Amino acid sequence: MNTVVQVTQEVPAPARDDAAVVVHGLTRRFGDGPAVLDRLDLAIAPGEFVALLGHSGSGKSTLLRTLAGLDPVTEGSVVRPREVSVVFQESRLLPWKRVWQNTVLGQDGADRRDRAVAVLEEVGLGHRVDAWPLTLSGGEAQRAALARALVREPAFLMLDEPFAALDALTRLKMQRLVSDLWIRHRCAVLLVTHDVDEALLLADRAVVLERGRIRTDVPIPMDRPRRHADPRFEHLRGILLESLGVHDG
Amino acid sequence: MSGTLIRTASPVAVRAVPRSAWRPRLGILTRYASPFLLVLFWQAACSVGLLSTRLVASPAQIVATGWALTRDGTLPTNLAVSLARAGFGLGIAFVAGVSLALVSGLSRLGEDIVDAPLQILRTLPALALVPLFILWFGIGETPKIALVALGSSFPIYLNLHKGIRSIDPKLLEMARTLGLSRARTIRDVILPGALPDLLVGLRFAVGISWLMLVVAEQVNADSGIGHMMMDAEDFLRTDIILVGLVIYGLLGLASDQIVRFLENTLLSWRPSHRIGRST
Repeated sequence: MNTVVQVTQEVPAPARDDAAVVVHGLTRRFGDGPAVLDRLDLAIAPGEFVALLGHSGSGKSTLLRTLAGLDPVTEGSVVRPREVSVVFQESRLLPWKRVWQNTVLGQDGADRRDRAVAVLEEVGLGHRVDAWPLTLSGGEAQRAALARALVREPAFLMLDEPFAALDALTRLKMQRLVSDLWIRHRCAVLLVTHDVDEALLLADRAVVLERGRIRTDVPIPMDRPRRHADPRFEHLRGILLESLGVHDG
Repeated sequence: MSGTLIRTASPVAVRAVPRSAWRPRLGILTRYASPFLLVLFWQAACSVGLLSTRLVASPAQIVATGWALTRDGTLPTNLAVSLARAGFGLGIAFVAGVSLALVSGLSRLGEDIVDAPLQILRTLPALALVPLFILWFGIGETPKIALVALGSSFPIYLNLHKGIRSIDPKLLEMARTLGLSRARTIRDVILPGALPDLLVGLRFAVGISWLMLVVAEQVNADSGIGHMMMDAEDFLRTDIILVGLVIYGLLGLASDQIVRFLENTLLSWRPSHRIGRST
């Protein structure tokens, strides 16, 4: 099922054969500048939820764009499932197509509308099936974008700071929704975020990127639903903030 | 001086809310009152002999002449001829403008081949080609239709080309992550995204088509509204000339309304088109 996206260099087989996503020795630089990604290795197991943290310019977005197939692999190798979906920070819905048409954009079959309605109901947008995207609120638009990602039944879902532009309350609701959806669909997830608490609430593992390399890679072994009051939460929060270079916590 | 300013400022601010409630209706009244009064003055000036009817016919005379021309069939016949010329010309312009914009908008090679010559050509005033067109096409229908087609192709081409080139790259990226084929991306993302610009171009094109027609029909023609007006000039019939002007005005207004209607129907996804239809 897995397909090699691109290999330009002969590399030894990665240790984890069962992984959904394997990045090996991935290096990327723009022009003559320093490497944005520097011999990066990363494996994500099927159904694993990984949060990717890091400062602006640490290479998070470049890694995600490479995994999404938007940027080419020039050095190293990337193996990922064929069925992937991306949710961006902006919903990127087509304003001239109704919500349900956006959801099943590029999908074929006579049952397109039924499938769209089912997945829109799943994300709590069953009442806006026929709405125009420009009439949606920010939270609703992101729900529609999530629906569009899920309708493809991806084996690997990428979320690029999907809640960064939402207000705090909407963000909380959306985090719960993503958590529920992930438990039901069990696809591998890579969540790019700036928010340490978000990573700790949602992910199985947190990876901190710094200058194109992995600085910290810690499992988050807490039961769900997670609470901020949990002492392990505080402990992990300290570790992640420390590796992000924030020492005031 | 500044003291009076301060004193008058506060009561105005308090009154502002009730005032804004009846202001729109009054606005419409004052909007139509001014042209209405002008027509009234015009009629009065003609009636008392201030304005010579040899220079300009009175409004009442224009209405009477318009009615007479309609009854004897002169106006309908000429109007049909003019409409056909504008319609054919616009149709050709639409097909040509859209095709060229698609070629140059969707491929780099196409842009290199198509865009440069068109950008040079568009700086030429199309009306300057009248003598050449008469030499090439004679004095039949062809030069008139060709002139309309040439003039109105450019706004369609330029606006659609701009629309295609300025599609949000984030939407194109999204289409790539969804695995949309090139053909589907063009159909679902690029063309609908460029439609608002195409309609802007169409509106300009309609305006230009009437301008082209006026010139084409006055230079050499044996039918059409322009010909009717030129004919009237020989007999000092200012009333017929003014009827022609009114018809041109109404045609311009009507075609603009048609394009507006198209915009409201085709772009119903734009929130601004639901709230403010009058804008």
